[in-house]
Amino acid sequence: MKISPAEVRHAARLARLELDEEEVASLTPQLDQILAYIDKLNELDTTDTPPTTHALEVVNAFREDEVRPSIDRQIALANAPRTDGEAFVVPRVI
Amino acid sequence: MNPCDQTIHELQDLLARGEISAVELTRSYLERIDALDPTVGAYLTLARESALEQAAEADRRRSAGDAPSLCGIPLAIKDVLCTKGLRTTCGSRILENFIPPYDATVIEKLKTAGAVILGKVSMDEFAMGSSNENCAFGTPRNPWSLEHVCGGSSGGSGAAVAAGLCAGSLGSDTGGSIRQPASYCGVVGLKPTYGRVSRYGLVAYASSLDQVGPLTRDVTDCAILLQAISGFDPRDSTSIDRPTPDYRAALGQGGAGLTVGVPREYFGDGLDPEVERAVRQGIDALAAAGARIVDISLPHSAYGVAAYYIIAPAEASSNLSRFDGVRYGLRDLEADSLIDMFQRTRAQGFGPEVKRRIIIGAFALSSGYYDAYYKKASQVRTLIVEDFRRAFAECDVIAAPVTPTPAWRLGERLHDPLSMYLSDILTIPANLAGLPGMSLPCGFSSAGLPIGLQLMANHFAEETLLRAAFAVEQELALERRTPPL
Repeated sequence: MKISPAEVRHAARLARLELDEEEVASLTPQLDQILAYIDKLNELDTTDTPPTTHALEVVNAFREDEVRPSIDRQIALANAPRTDGEAFVVPRVI
Repeated sequence: MNPCDQTIHELQDLLARGEISAVELTRSYLERIDALDPTVGAYLTLARESALEQAAEADRRRSAGDAPSLCGIPLAIKDVLCTKGLRTTCGSRILENFIPPYDATVIEKLKTAGAVILGKVSMDEFAMGSSNENCAFGTPRNPWSLEHVCGGSSGGSGAAVAAGLCAGSLGSDTGGSIRQPASYCGVVGLKPTYGRVSRYGLVAYASSLDQVGPLTRDVTDCAILLQAISGFDPRDSTSIDRPTPDYRAALGQGGAGLTVGVPREYFGDGLDPEVERAVRQGIDALAAAGARIVDISLPHSAYGVAAYYIIAPAEASSNLSRFDGVRYGLRDLEADSLIDMFQRTRAQGFGPEVKRRIIIGAFALSSGYYDAYYKKASQVRTLIVEDFRRAFAECDVIAAPVTPTPAWRLGERLHDPLSMYLSDILTIPANLAGLPGMSLPCGFSSAGLPIGLQLMANHFAEETLLRAAFAVEQELALERRTPPL
């Protein structure tokens, strides 16, 4: 087993994704099969191989920090599920 | 002839000669969409009114003597690109009612070039899929055979271009999502070099792999659309600041002087014999056009899928954390704590494939597994990049199949995620290496399904890619067929 139901629940919690038990039961064998396939990577010796995170040499892209107009507040709030007219409203945190 | 069956360059001529107006052309497309799209299912949102307004504006610009390259050309946009004031769903319930407050840079560029946006076309949810069956709002059909998938994730783009429901389309390609549906739908698709085209306003899936590119009826149209969307964008930190060449000028240079590498690993077990035959014909066409054909090896090709299905889900699990129900999109309004709201909103908003990839990604990045999965996959990625570096020391273009088989039947792979993932085995390596890749039609299967030839070139060698593709297109001179709709 590459992944257990408990590990599926843990990863889902890390990703802030609620799963019901039916989903855990169907996802676990699917993920196990996928991870077993991914084990193929271990056929290769990569001891001295550096990782690639970007295929092209991308260096930090700096620009001047200039004040520019941004999206108007009302437009920014237009897609929000709940607002008070000035800010996004979410359930109480503390 | 119906204007909807014409290429962009033919329409440019018709519009320039005044034989048709942009408004008439747009109406023709809207009528065709009304007639055929209930069967094909390519469009998620039709922008009837704004399209006609843009067309009228295009006609005004033309009569005032200001007709930019795409003036009055009706296009369809994959629903992963933000369009100001026009619903953008990414094929997901979580963005079902999202109206972007801004245009993606590529959309701004199309509008500046005078294009008409007909609407937004279907895709696998958040661009995760190879058949477009992962769209929350229905599955488009392959116009060549309604029982077959149109490919994915830019399936709506492929189907719309093939069925003449737009003159051209923009898609996005993270592991083959432009090239694979282009192949299955018998159209031309190009994934540019990583950094060639701005991704500002492209909803991110896997940021080290995603690129925006065109799907069109022929290679000339592909060059025209690529020209319109390429170039540096200060709003995208991965955009590369180098001049955009004249792509159309590269087309007619023929095959002489080009060395074309044929990677033996791309012709292995599991390659459908009809696909192999058509692809070999495409390679013969390059030889007939004067290219030198050489045998090459990309020894780590078989590891691309395994590396991709760690790297892409890892990046997706991070990128998709922005869908939390706070600022836009769906929210579970019943939840009484913040964490519950996040968890339930995402549970209700995401479909099964998106959940699968988020969990793979979160797992691969989690404490204790990072080195075994993410680091290992990133190291294997280096081996794949080096394969291509060695190959391009010997050749200018790589020619191969796009996919091991033609389009499969709807539903056939839906419950077997791994078999769906393996269909991308021949397209993923170009994404991992950031290379430009293309699919262009090279024949049909005996069942009447299109088959694509894949061409890949070195970083920023889109001119070479288009030149080789145009040579194949000219040499093969495939009969212009329209899907039996």
